[in-house]
Amino acid sequence: MSHQDVELILLRQLASYLTMPIFIVGADERLLFYNEAAGKLLGRRYDEAGEMLLEELSATFQTSEEDGSPLPIDALPISIALRERRPTHRRFNYRALDGVRRSVEATAFPLEGQAGRHLGAVAIFWEFDGP
Amino acid sequence: MKITFWGTRGSLASPGPENLRYGGNTSCVEVRGTDGTLLVLDAGTGIRRLGDVLEPHLKRLDILITHLHFDHIQGLGFFEPLYRPDLNVHIWGPASTTVDFGSRLARDFSTTLFPVRLGDLPCRPVVHDVPLGTFRIGGLAVTASLVSHPGPTVGYRITENGTTIAYLPDHEPALGARDFPGDVEWLSGYELAVGADLLIHDAQFTDAEYAEHVGWGHSAFPHTLAFAAATGVKRLVTFHHDPSHSDSTLDRLIKEARERHPPFEILPGAEGTILQLAS
Repeated sequence: MSHQDVELILLRQLASYLTMPIFIVGADERLLFYNEAAGKLLGRRYDEAGEMLLEELSATFQTSEEDGSPLPIDALPISIALRERRPTHRRFNYRALDGVRRSVEATAFPLEGQAGRHLGAVAIFWEFDGP
Repeated sequence: MKITFWGTRGSLASPGPENLRYGGNTSCVEVRGTDGTLLVLDAGTGIRRLGDVLEPHLKRLDILITHLHFDHIQGLGFFEPLYRPDLNVHIWGPASTTVDFGSRLARDFSTTLFPVRLGDLPCRPVVHDVPLGTFRIGGLAVTASLVSHPGPTVGYRITENGTTIAYLPDHEPALGARDFPGDVEWLSGYELAVGADLLIHDAQFTDAEYAEHVGWGHSAFPHTLAFAAATGVKRLVTFHHDPSHSDSTLDRLIKEARERHPPFEILPGAEGTILQLAS
């Protein structure tokens, strides 16, 4: 069994208290946690979601550009933050696990610990209902 | 390994007639390997008396600091061996995210707070950023890992021939946890303490006191017991006693803890206690 670094432990605890949707992925590209607010937008609570790898996100959520063309995994903010270790932001669509299609804006950034430890990435997202 | 407790108090040195049995000196624990390797865990006020009894011909010692709160370093300048020019001294501790440990320690060991600067000590100590992982000092394997406490803070796991002690003097693993101790994958300090023969752990507060000090970086007694049970340790030494906890208060807290019949032995951290662990 792997054990999480204290930065991830504290981040998960913080996320569990916040009402904006937060999604955390580990350096091994494994989904570590998303909070209740994120669960509402993703259509399933984290406790019910089970294991998920970053590579599976595009297929699982059928992510797409605003014009409906498929959005590959490498273009998702969480992927860029994790793999390229830089912050990013974009708007995109997806089909949630409850079947509802949603448009969101997401900001993702890498989690860098001291001593050069790449811990993963976190995304904050919210439903987009603008023009 | 032989473990000697030179200071078990937390936060503030607390001498006085009410603290005679458990002691008033702040964190300092001596660890001796069977090959003579000497580790000193933290440099609270208890380290001064250790300095008085260290053998005169000692060649090397390593001081492992968990963090730079004052109760863990206040004794350093009064540790006589640092004034021996022929002694090889290594001081280890956590860097911050931007500043190395030596620079951080030098701020606290400056003429503002103490008449002698770190670099002017006759032993010319070698100061290290403690690696976040496992490394060897003499015959001992040392593992350091960041733990839940304000500011850069590590705990230590020390192993010799399959015998392990874990030292987490300042630790708040219950901070923000909704179902503490919960899933051990998400339990701060777990990998340091799991299966240890001896766990030395923060037990500063009662439940009622903890409610008034959430986020201060310390544990309530029930948290400490739950952490020890979750990590499957064989023996727990309660440590970092609150300055306001007298001998009689600590007697009561230990009695109540033992009455819960935990699956490990409980010893209250007391100055002068010596434990010998078979390696």
